[in-house]
Amino acid sequence: MSDHHHKETFITKYIFCTDHKMIAKQFLITGMFMAIVGMLMSAIFRVQLANPGEASVLYNLLPGGWLNEAGGLNPDKYLALVTMHGTILVFWVLTAGLSGTFANFLIPLQIGARDMASGFINMLSYWFFFIATVVLLSSLFVESGPASGGWTIYPPLSALPQAIPGSGTGMTLWLLSITLFVVGSLLGGLNYIVTILNLRTKGMSMQRLPLTVWALLITAILGVLSFPVLLSCGLLLLFDRSFGTSFYLSDIIINGEALHHAGGSPILFEHLFWFLGHPEVYIILLPALGIVSEVIAVNSRKPIFGYKAMVGALLLIAFLSFIVWGHHMFMTGMNPFLGSVFTFTTLLIAIPSAVKVFNYLATLWRANIRFTPAMLFAIGTVSAFITGGLTGLILGDSALDINVHDTYFVVGHFHIVMGLSAIYGMFAGVYHWFPKMYGKMMNKNLGYLHFWGTFICAYGVFFPMHFLGLAGLPRRYYTNSNFPMFDGLSDINEIITFFALAGAIFQAVFIFNFVYSIFKGTKASKNPWKSNTLEWTTPIERIHGNWPGDLPVVKRWAYDYSKPGMEDDFVPQDVPLFEGEKEH
Amino acid sequence: MNVKTVKREDLDKYSNTEDKRLVNIALKSMLFIGMVAISMFFAGLTSAYIVRKAEGNWMEFILPDWFLVSTMVIVLSSFLLFFVKSRLKNNNSVFGLVCSVLILGLIFSFFQFKGWEQLISEGVFLTGEGSNVAGSFLYVLTLAHLAHLFGGVIALIFATVNAKLRRYTIDSYLSLKLISMYWHFLTILWVLLFLFLKFL
Repeated sequence: MSDHHHKETFITKYIFCTDHKMIAKQFLITGMFMAIVGMLMSAIFRVQLANPGEASVLYNLLPGGWLNEAGGLNPDKYLALVTMHGTILVFWVLTAGLSGTFANFLIPLQIGARDMASGFINMLSYWFFFIATVVLLSSLFVESGPASGGWTIYPPLSALPQAIPGSGTGMTLWLLSITLFVVGSLLGGLNYIVTILNLRTKGMSMQRLPLTVWALLITAILGVLSFPVLLSCGLLLLFDRSFGTSFYLSDIIINGEALHHAGGSPILFEHLFWFLGHPEVYIILLPALGIVSEVIAVNSRKPIFGYKAMVGALLLIAFLSFIVWGHHMFMTGMNPFLGSVFTFTTLLIAIPSAVKVFNYLATLWRANIRFTPAMLFAIGTVSAFITGGLTGLILGDSALDINVHDTYFVVGHFHIVMGLSAIYGMFAGVYHWFPKMYGKMMNKNLGYLHFWGTFICAYGVFFPMHFLGLAGLPRRYYTNSNFPMFDGLSDINEIITFFALAGAIFQAVFIFNFVYSIFKGTKASKNPWKSNTLEWTTPIERIHGNWPGDLPVVKRWAYDYSKPGMEDDFVPQDVPLFEGEKEH
Repeated sequence: MNVKTVKREDLDKYSNTEDKRLVNIALKSMLFIGMVAISMFFAGLTSAYIVRKAEGNWMEFILPDWFLVSTMVIVLSSFLLFFVKSRLKNNNSVFGLVCSVLILGLIFSFFQFKGWEQLISEGVFLTGEGSNVAGSFLYVLTLAHLAHLFGGVIALIFATVNAKLRRYTIDSYLSLKLISMYWHFLTILWVLLFLFLKFL
């Protein structure tokens, strides 16, 4: 028996910690902080959209110089808020906050490892992320404001420092922070893949891996293959910005002065960006689907339906995600034949997605469902995945997409299919694994309030956006009050803003529940959800090395729930097969 | 090259991170996947090169001879690293070998600079009025490779010191193995880049 636990100081325990569980919590807390920042930004620009140009008490949260003389939001700062909201939510919350938290927390615990393959590299991964966070937030306080050309940072706005105020120092800081972010993500991804492939405990074959780990593995592979392409894209942008090359720039006149750039192609940027950008959607979504698989199986008290099909669907989605990037570029003058090829590959994704949804529903079918807050959010993920997926069929078809391109229809679609699905999955994960993380239970009733409040408000925000989009309202506009044709839409914008603000209040319920439960929550038992996976065989108190004695030995898959002939309705993975018992 | 995963029977014999052998395999896999990530970075740049070249307004020029010389130098350096194992097996010092690779790495870098000097003298610039995106791509690709080689050179400096102190034995030279893997990768990457720039 080996003793991996050793005495820790405050610094080695909470700051420069190499224990995967603490690093997971660091990612979670940083991700939650950034989620609050990103959400407040959206609340502020939603107030602007409901009451264009008017003063609001919410604007007091903003740094000086962001308001006009009447106390309304400056147009360039509105664009900055939209840009930073997108950047923070896509990368900081739903990539690092979600993957960083659950990959770090669950991989070693669910595969039966002492820690990640390299604790040091894991720690480095978090600190790169942390420094990236500081750099990004610091851009809010530069005089010309943060980046404001949209989270997709298309040139020329991102490539010419003199283009708009947000193209200056703010954009430089954006590029620096995203570079640090990508380095951190890659270091984390390397660790996740290697740990899963090499450090599984005795008996943990790939066929017995929980689906959460499968999803996290495939997510990490997607990240390793796509994030470097974003770096190469950013490197060329940096050369255009700082050294005057012409990769993306061509024939530009600013303030009557012709710039020397010639022959560059902004479309080239879009190709490189979306080669990352689309897999990024699945880097965000797959961990949530992995979490949901686990939460649904545990709370349905049934084996997950179609385990192999679930793994196959994950692999197919991951593969297809690399050959669909052109569907973001139907309006770039793309050859219609090529557009139809991208339409075809995009629509193919509906097949593995439908397999997953069918399997979730089949797992729920006639199950003895426990409606815990985690389960509600898991079902919410499936619901949002279906709703958003349906509008994805419209946007994936080039002939239809052209009509609603760059309108609020797109905003509604991706917020539901990617934003809501992933954030619901993240909430499901937090509610489900909170007892393992902190040894306490979260308050169930506050959890219900949080779920229903969020669910209703989220649909209240994003569902009407589809109608705005169908009416032709473009996204990213500072106001729609300058165009008589959009006058009839102002009521819808006010309703959306109402739900956005109400939704923000329900997130405060979650934050309160989270913090309160850490300190005052009911003490959790070792396996409160009666779950099969290995993390619930560890002691309640956190120890470095996870298991005090030998590592558990895996004897069965993770989904032996309600198995006929068994005394309990669950059989943990380390329980040997009984005499005459067949493995699933 | 495949990622070496642990076989089932190994899992039965060994138990996770307590076993150094598994950690060693894990570190090798980590480097391999890191190299895949670097390859994707260059795949992004070279595919941008191909797409951009197809759009026209592309300056044609001859690749400097210095790059051919530097190719030979880096191939030679990589070749030398194949002798590490046999020397350690015979209980010989690998200091001279590792030091030679380091020096060849520095010579390679020098020749890259000479290549750029020749390009500039022929009017091929990274940026500015007379520049063309073809030249810009060449500089970015070679610079990016050199930046990765810089990491290898730093690692080789450490390896040289370790070799001098005779810290490597046939049973324990994982770090040198990893450095060799990375150096071979840099060599293959450069040869591919050279052929790409020469013929595409």
